[in-house]
Amino acid sequence: MIGIVAVSHSQQLAEGVIHLASQMAHGVPMEPAGGLDDGSFGTSYEKIMEAIEKVREQAEDGVLVTVDLGSGVMTTEMVIEDLDDDLVQMADCPMVEGTFAAAVNASSETDILKLKEIAQNTWNFRKIQSEE
Amino acid sequence: MTDTKKLIQLLYSISDTIVENAQFLTDLDAAIGDSDHGINLARGFKKVETELPALEDKTIDAVLKKTGMVLVSTVGGASGPLYGTAFMKAGAVVKGKSEIDINDFLAIMDAAIGGVQLRGKAVEGEKTMLDAMIPANNAMKKAFDDGKDVHSVLQAGVEAADKGVEYTKSIIATKGRASYLGERSIGHQDPGATSFTILLKTIANAY
Repeated sequence: MIGIVAVSHSQQLAEGVIHLASQMAHGVPMEPAGGLDDGSFGTSYEKIMEAIEKVREQAEDGVLVTVDLGSGVMTTEMVIEDLDDDLVQMADCPMVEGTFAAAVNASSETDILKLKEIAQNTWNFRKIQSEE
Repeated sequence: MTDTKKLIQLLYSISDTIVENAQFLTDLDAAIGDSDHGINLARGFKKVETELPALEDKTIDAVLKKTGMVLVSTVGGASGPLYGTAFMKAGAVVKGKSEIDINDFLAIMDAAIGGVQLRGKAVEGEKTMLDAMIPANNAMKKAFDDGKDVHSVLQAGVEAADKGVEYTKSIIATKGRASYLGERSIGHQDPGATSFTILLKTIANAY
């Protein structure tokens, strides 16, 4: 099993993305890491670290982290460097689509790099089919 | 040039200056960013202040590393990982030292710039703090090579950093929230380049 952590500047956005993904993928360990410790806007090294460690305990095959933008990417990068665990990976993907795609595949896919690729492929997803 | 005691005094001064300029930096950020740069940095350095008394008998690198870690944990915006990495990388090049000279300071600047480039995946000319840091460092190295004293070296850095901040007004942001504004970011100075210049001025004023 691979678990998922969603990192956002907004606590509500991180919680919302995880809420959405968990409706589609039962039993996958998932945690939001949004906002600062007091709930205000920003990204928190500690909050991201705690969420990843919590999910990692339940996910023997690793943790995929999705992020919104900017400092979320940089702070997550620092946490992952400090963890020094190859099975914790950050995906470069649209946050909602990537988290969703990773969640629905997380219970059957045991290769963290393959799950990361699935999330990253969501850049190519179209929501509305072009008539061309 | 600087021992741990002096470094701690400098960090108190930097914290005071950042707090004094918090509103100014946040106003700059309101024009092209997410209007939190000053508030975020002030929160980070206030927290750094609370850690300083316990660091008085530590080496220079321990103080720099701790400062970086506190900034990463408490700033909350992009300047947290960027300044945090800069301070941590700076600490790594003066490992074990309890006193540093201007040569060490230039090595610290190299490492800090390397850290910001690594973390931010940015280069010069993208309207970031690097547009103040890199010219300042080059000017300080030149002044040092010309045989100038510490005071003159640091002043040369401040002058180049100020010019760098002016330069950021003329270019388009390609990093961070401002990059979404494209050409509309022209005319505004970069808050990160500005905060770095304030920091360097505070250091320069002490020598």
